[in-house]
Amino acid sequence: MSPDFHEIWVYLSASPLAGLTLTLAAYQAGMWVFERFGRRPALNPVMIAVLLIAATLMVAGIDYRTYFDGAQFVHFLLGPATVALAVPLYRQFQQVRRSAVALLVALLTGSAASALSAVGIAWALGASERTMLSLAPKSVTSPIAMGVSEQIGGLPSLTAVFVILTGIIAASFGTWVLNLVRVTDWRARGFGLGVAAHGIGTARALQVNEVAGAFAGLGMGLNGLVTAILLPVLYRLFFT
Amino acid sequence: MLGTLTLLLSCQLVGELTARLLHLPVPGPVIGMVLLFVGLLVRGGVPEPLQETAGGILRHLSLLFVPAGVGVMAHLNRLEAEALPIAAALLGSTLIGVALTAWVMSALSRRGPDAETGNGEDAS
Repeated sequence: MSPDFHEIWVYLSASPLAGLTLTLAAYQAGMWVFERFGRRPALNPVMIAVLLIAATLMVAGIDYRTYFDGAQFVHFLLGPATVALAVPLYRQFQQVRRSAVALLVALLTGSAASALSAVGIAWALGASERTMLSLAPKSVTSPIAMGVSEQIGGLPSLTAVFVILTGIIAASFGTWVLNLVRVTDWRARGFGLGVAAHGIGTARALQVNEVAGAFAGLGMGLNGLVTAILLPVLYRLFFT
Repeated sequence: MLGTLTLLLSCQLVGELTARLLHLPVPGPVIGMVLLFVGLLVRGGVPEPLQETAGGILRHLSLLFVPAGVGVMAHLNRLEAEALPIAAALLGSTLIGVALTAWVMSALSRRGPDAETGNGEDAS
């Protein structure tokens, strides 16, 4: 390695610039593939970006911490983006008010079913307790899920990975499963994606239809509240 | 755009402070969302710049999950050791969650005359 090159390498791995640029470039590559091949849900841009970045980091021998020093600026925007969900929610408020009871029942059913089936399936197939506890809050947006995971004895960073994978699965196969159960109402389709798959489900719903997007944002917010309050209580009932 | 970004961050900040001061189990941004929503209700409309900035951020919402997703690198050992239970639990519970929530919601809500419906072809 020439001295110049070495110097550049040291600069790049110490500055947040590389991680940030890599994140944006990989995501745009993911979007390009997604658009280029007919917007197939299976070619989820998040999944493509994650794979590209992970492969690049492994080849270059950079660890996740170093990468995250740069990428945290993107990660940070999750907060203001969550606040911004108030806008589509407000625009659909009349519709939300009209279906309040249906929303509430669907929310509680869907929230409980997601958490219990995740833990149940993992338990039946012999997962460790740590893994099961980290799986329980995986349907809600990462800041909430990581907080809950820590409270009940899971691994917050593992939960964050499960959260993203859940979103990618819902964005990829959500359309298929919603057609399978013959739900055609945009409100219900969006709400299902938001409750079961937080922001990535919401992003997918927003791509398709504004009504679906607003209900997905609502589902994501409400399930965040319900999970944050109920899961620690359920945990105390079952595990202690 | 600058004003709107300040507004969004202020809502989040007040949310974070509220959660900490009152020891609420709810994350700050969610409280911030509720605050902004109440603000819009009181004001009775969405200002044009807010509509634009919010739309811009939400259009690329999935980008914001990429950094956390790369964290998969740090857990490869566990994911490998428990590949089957983890894959089955994630796939099964997510599909059950999406389908059950949507199905219950659609079964319980009566179709208003203005309820838009998708034909399911390219819908999500």
